[in-house]
Parts: sequence; structure tokens; C-alpha cells
Amino acid sequence: MFNISAFSLYDAVFIVIAGVTLLAALGVVLLPNIIYSALSLILTFLGVAAIFFQLNSGFIGVIQILVYAGAISILILFAVMLLMNIEPGRTNLPTTRLKALFAGGGITAMFLTALIAAIGFTKWPQLQLITTDNSVEMLAEAMLGDYVIAFEAAAILLLASVIGAILIAKGVQEK
Amino acid sequence: MIEFILPNAWLIPFLPFLGFALIALFIHRWPKISAGVSIAFIGTAFIFSLLVASAVFSEPGGAVYEFTTRWLEMSGLKVDMGLLLDPLSAVMLIVVTSIATLVQIYSIGYMKEDPGFASYYAYQSLFAASMLGLVLSNNFGQMFVFWELVGICSYFLIGFWFGLPSAKNAAIKAFVTNRVGDFGFLLGILFLQIIFGTLAFSGLAEAVPEYTNMAVLVPVALLLFLGPMGKSAQFPLHVWLPDAMEGPTPVSALIHAATMVAAGVYLVARAFFIFSSVPEAMTVIAVIGGFTALFAATIALVQNDIKRILAYSTLSQLGYMMMAMGVGAMTAGMFHLTTHAFFKSLLFLGAGSVIHAMAGEQDIWKMGNLHKKMPVTTWTFIIGALALAGIPPLSGFWSKDEILLGAFASGHYGLYILGAFVAFLTAFYMFRLIFVAFFGSNKEGEHAHESPGVMTMPLIILAVAAVFVGFVNSPFMHHVFGEFINHPMGIQPHPSSMIMISSSLIAVAGIVLAWLIYQKQAISHLAIRERFKGIHQLLQNKYYMDEFYARMGQIFVYGAAQVMFWFDIHVINAFVDLLARFTGKSGDTLKYTEDGQVQNYALYMVAGALILVVVATMAAVSVIA
Amino acid sequence: MIGLPHYLLLGAFLFSIGLFGVLTKRNAIAVLMSIELMLNAVNINFVAANKYVAVNDVTGQLLAIFVIVVAAAEIAVGLALIISIFRQRKTVELNDFNLLKW
Repeated sequence: MFNISAFSLYDAVFIVIAGVTLLAALGVVLLPNIIYSALSLILTFLGVAAIFFQLNSGFIGVIQILVYAGAISILILFAVMLLMNIEPGRTNLPTTRLKALFAGGGITAMFLTALIAAIGFTKWPQLQLITTDNSVEMLAEAMLGDYVIAFEAAAILLLASVIGAILIAKGVQEK
Repeated sequence: MIEFILPNAWLIPFLPFLGFALIALFIHRWPKISAGVSIAFIGTAFIFSLLVASAVFSEPGGAVYEFTTRWLEMSGLKVDMGLLLDPLSAVMLIVVTSIATLVQIYSIGYMKEDPGFASYYAYQSLFAASMLGLVLSNNFGQMFVFWELVGICSYFLIGFWFGLPSAKNAAIKAFVTNRVGDFGFLLGILFLQIIFGTLAFSGLAEAVPEYTNMAVLVPVALLLFLGPMGKSAQFPLHVWLPDAMEGPTPVSALIHAATMVAAGVYLVARAFFIFSSVPEAMTVIAVIGGFTALFAATIALVQNDIKRILAYSTLSQLGYMMMAMGVGAMTAGMFHLTTHAFFKSLLFLGAGSVIHAMAGEQDIWKMGNLHKKMPVTTWTFIIGALALAGIPPLSGFWSKDEILLGAFASGHYGLYILGAFVAFLTAFYMFRLIFVAFFGSNKEGEHAHESPGVMTMPLIILAVAAVFVGFVNSPFMHHVFGEFINHPMGIQPHPSSMIMISSSLIAVAGIVLAWLIYQKQAISHLAIRERFKGIHQLLQNKYYMDEFYARMGQIFVYGAAQVMFWFDIHVINAFVDLLARFTGKSGDTLKYTEDGQVQNYALYMVAGALILVVVATMAAVSVIA
Repeated sequence: MIGLPHYLLLGAFLFSIGLFGVLTKRNAIAVLMSIELMLNAVNINFVAANKYVAVNDVTGQLLAIFVIVVAAAEIAVGLALIISIFRQRKTVELNDFNLLKW
């Protein structure tokens, strides 16, 4: 499978990006300080965005950076700052319930094994990456054409979640 | 006119039904108009019946007209409906329509004061429609529908005075007892459909005699006979008919003496091709008929209620007809049905006239000396009683004589002796009734008065019929009845003067004995009663049949209830308790999974997803490999 | 040499890391962050499958966009809930959020 002569720059870039992304993701889960976890999460988002660029999907990559690495990360950071009432180094520890820890680890391992097995057992045809990228026009047509109802529904969902978030976070005024 | 009526014979049952619908829906507020409409429709049906009969009887041996149409059709089942006009149905048409017309006219007087006058006529019309439909049916399925319809009309009319608990209970008793018979009847019909694939009389008449598997045909015939046993009140399903006397007396005359109870006999005659090819069934019919005749006649000896005496007499005579069918004398049975319809309805209407005059009194010992006040009723009643007793040359003589002749000629000597003895008993109890009620010394009958003309007129017409109807099958008219109504498997023996004379003498002997005891009082009936106290008690209590059924019902129903109670508590309840305990226990155990830890819930969810992923992967792998 | 399976493997790993976080982290915000990881893994699969398989179609990318929309809504509401709970109980530890039990 591993053929050094077929090894191209594209592949090397992919391996680097994927490695960084996975390491950053592990950091999110394993670092004991939630601030570092959040920063690591931003790195993961950027890595995923890089994967999107690698896949010739620039538009999704840009959205990924804007929405995830920009907006959501900042939101999370704000929440973290707001809610920290203990020393920072103990903010992101694994659960105290050992049974849950082992069960969670076990089931994750099994899930990963199952997914790898599923990918490995599948006979993949020889597929080539589509290099042209006119996806912005097509996305626009699809979103305002066939999928316009879903588009509107998503808009209403966002509106509802914004109002809901404000109401919930504000809390009920005690009279 | 005849060309019109033959294909439109459905009008005969339809007209009374129209009368019922009109009365029930629109004109029940005006009782007199309701009665008029009802009588007009049944009268028209009577005229149509006469026309049909004239067409049928115009050919030697009788013409047969059959009209059939497809009622419903699905895969594996075809149901036809149709009309069958043959001598048998023509005779029944005339009997039913003529007596129904007279009874309805008579009811104008009898039911005059009744608040339910209009609904009474509605029921009468519905009954007439159902009965005529039954008579005209050309297949068992259609006949069963009308069979049940006359049953429900009987239920309505027995329970007409439903304010009385006795009438209400009698109606329920009649209905339930008939269910027993009709259940067997329905099973028999279903078997016929399964075996022969048709219910039409014409089709069955061809198929049944060629069918040789007696192991199947015997139970089918016996099941079919259960229907006539219920409807014609044959032992042991006879218990409802005496109680049915709770209904208005004209109803008893029409339904429970002349027409509906004869439907069972009519059915046996109609399906004679089935019964006659099963000798075992014929024996059963003959024995049950003969036993019922004797059984009911002995009870009638000691009854004091005028209507109940007549009711037991009806039972006895129906037994006679069944016996005739059973010995193969189908002509004699139908003939007796015809004559009996006239003189028994005459007797019932006469009894009604007496009850009307006595303001509801039915005990014959509280009557007496009625012959001075009510001459028409008395003399017509006596004519009816003479006909029933079988005094020549009245109608009952000819028909009863033929039954005895049939029993004798077919070699059933035991049944012949039994029949002759019953004839003696019949003459005796009828004239006991007459001497006590009409000529007795009791003075309570003195304030009685003769009934109005609207009631006496039908009595006179029926009396004339009771005298002359018998001649149609007498040697004077060359047995014309038997030429039309017969069956190749039936017997029509030559008249025997020996049997005629002996049966006449037996009847006269019965009358004389009754005269000696109750009129001349040469023998004290009280002394006889004292002497045979046990037997008297037994007869007075109708052989304790009702008590027997009640006891049986108690034993079996209560016993079954006990068993079911035990089953309910120890099996069904136990199972339900087990379920409840299982649910409770499992809830007690499983509640610890609901520990409030969202991550545990997520864990369960992921475990489920994992199973799905594994299964899907394995399925995909097995497809690839 | 690098093809669709490799992208899918990347997605699988990322998803599993997120799953592990969801199941084992103590901090509610960390759990939300792990859920974001899982959603990103799904997005990689969508886009990769779209780019490798469907030539003239953008449904995969469109779905990725909708996932991002829903993720944004989810994180907003989720953080609002956590803030609300924190106000009541002065903690973000999931272990302590066990009011709804037998």
C-alpha cells in the first residue's frame, strides 16, 4: 500500500494537517486546563478548515474559519471565563466516576475499531478528487433552489436559538 | 290479472310489509286508519294469493313457477333469492292470508280499548309479511331469514303487553327456546351449503337423493329438524308455546295456532326430499311427533285456563302433523295443517270472544252457562271443537283420519294406537272445556254479552271453513288435495272404512265420557282427582318440565360459573398478577439506570449505535464476500 | 495515493476523540467542545464524499453548511443552559447535575 514513488507533496501536506488536527483534538480532550482546551479546539477547527482547502472546497473552509474558529470559539472562551470559579489547572479533569471513565474509553475504542473495520472492509473503487471548484455558484443555486425550504428553516432555527439563548441565559427575574 | 301476478308474486309479502312501514313511520297516530291500512293490504294479498293458487291448481298435478335472481356473489359463495310458487306454497299462501285477514278484522273488536292499537297492527302486518316471505322462499337461506323474522314478530306480539312481567318473561322464553332450535337449523343449512354447494330447494331435491354418505346426511337431517322442533314446539322444546298465550288472543290464534307454529311442519314438507331419504331421521320425527301429541294431550286434560287448554291442544296437534310427516304421510300432514289452521284459529278466536265478554277472565271454572248469552260464540266454538275431535264429516275428521291411516298403512301400529288414544283424549278435553265453560252451572257467566259483529263475523266464516275445508281431500272430492300435494317418497294409502269408523267411535266415546263427568255428573271429577292425586299433580304441573329446565339451568350454569370463577381467579388473575409483579420488579431493578448522569445516558445511546454499526458492517461484509 | 478512505479515517479518529470527551469529561463546557469535534468529523466525511464521488453535485457541502448552522445554534443554546445552571448551582460539573433521577 505504501509506495514511496507515488508519494506526492499533496499526500505529505495531508499527513501533516491530519496529524496536527488529531493532536489538537486530543489536546482538547486531555488537557487539564479548560482554557488550553479551548485554544486547542481553535487549532482543531483551523486544521479541519485546512482539510477542506485540501479537498478543494474553499468555500466550506472559509465558513469553517469564520463560524467555528471565529464565532463559536470566542463564544466558548467567553463562557469559560464567565464560569471559572476554581483554579485553572483543575478545570478540565476526567470524570471522578471511574466506571464511567472505563466504560466511555472502552466503548470509544470499540466504536473506533468498528469504524476502521467498516472503512477497511469496504472495497473502494478508484476515485479521483474533483479538482475544479465552482461549488460556490452551485451551492447558491441549490440553497436558493431545491433546498430553499431547508434554508428558511435553518434561518428560523438560528433566530429561535438566539432568542432562546438570550432568554435562558438572562434567567427569570425574581419579583 | 294472473299473467300479472305470477311474476309479481313478491307483492304478496311486500304489501303487508308496506303496511307495516306505513303504520310504523307515518300513520301510527291514527289507530283506526292504521287498522284499515293493515287489513286492506293483507286483504289484497289474500286476493293475490287466490289468483296465484288458481294459476297453480289449473294444471293437473299442479304447476310450478320459480323466479330466481342473484342476491350477492363473491368468490366461493353465491346467494340467490327467489320465489317458488307450487301447490305447497299456494296452499300455505291461502291459509296464511285468509286467516290473517280474518284475525285482523276480529282484532278491531278485540283490541278496541288497547292503547297500543296501531303498533299491534304494525306487528301484525310485519308478521304477515315475514310469514308469506317464508312460504314463498325457494331456498333455505332466504327461508332462514324469514324464519327468524317470524320469530322476532312472535317475540314482539307475545310481549305485546310488556308491562306484565309474565308477558315479558314469556316473550323472552319463546325467543330463547327458539334460539336452541334455530342454532341447529342454521348449522344444518350451512352443512347443506358445504356439501351440496346450493341452498335452492330445486337443486337440493336433485342432489340429495343421489347422495349416499349416510354418516353425513343423518346428522344434517337431524340438525335441520331442530329448527322445526323449536318453531313447531315439539318436545323437548315445547315449553315456550303454552307461555306464549300471554299475548293477545288473536295473536295466539294467528301465530301460535294457525301459521307460525305450522312453519315447522311446512319446512319438513318442503324439505321432505331430505328427510325421506334418511329413514333414521323419519323415525326420529315420527317418534318425537307422536310423543309430543300424547304428552301435550295429557297435560291438556287438567288445565283450567281456556287458552292453555287450547295451547296444549295445539302442541298435541302439531305433534300429530309431525308424526304424519315421520311415517311418510306427507299429504296427510299438510292436510291436517290446513284444516287445523282453520278450526284451531276458530277455537282461539272463540276463546278470545269469551275472554272479551268475561272482562279478561280465563279460568273455565269461573265461566258457565255462556251458551244463553253468547249463542254465536258458543255454536261456532262447538263446531270447532267437533272438528278438532274428529267427528265426521267435519274437516278434522278427514285429516286426522288420514294421519291414523298413514300410521297404520305404513306399519307403525304403535303410533297408530297412540294416535287413536290421543284422539280420544282430544275429544275428552275439548268437551270438558265446553261443558264446563259454556254449559256449566256456574252463574258468573250471566253478565256476559255477545261480542260485536266485527268479532262474530270471522267466527262464522271460520266455522264454515272448519266444516267444509276437509272435503277437499275426502272421497267425495276424489282426494283432490292429495293430487297436488304429494311426494314420490310419501305414502297415500287408500281410505279404509274400518279406520274411519273406529276413529269416529273413539271421538264420540271421548265426548260421551266428558258429558258423563262434567255435564251429567254421573262420575264426580273431584273423586277422580282425589283418587289419582299423584297423576293429577304431575299433569297439573306439566310433568315438571319447566322446573326440570330451571334446575338443569341452575346446575349447569351455576356449575359452569363456578368453574369459570375458579379459572378467572387462579389462571387469568394469576397471570395478570404475575405480569404486574414482573413489571414492578423489573421497574424496581431498572430504575437504577436512571441515575441522572447524562453521560451514562449518552453511553447507552452510543452502545446502541455501536450495535447498529457492527451489524451494518457485518451485513455489508457478508454481501461483498 | 491519499484517497477517500484516508479522509474517512481521519473523520473516524476525530469522531472517536470527540466521543471519548463526551463520555468522560467532567466539565459541561468540555463536553460541548467535544460535541463540536464530532460534528467537525462528520463535516469532513460529508465534504470528502462529495468531492470524491459526486461530480456535479454539492449536496454534501450543503449538508456540511447546515451542520455548521445547527452546531452554531446548539452551542449558543447549550452555553446559555450551562450559564443558567451555573447561576443556580455554582458549578459546571456534570456529575452534580443529577437532579432528574429515581
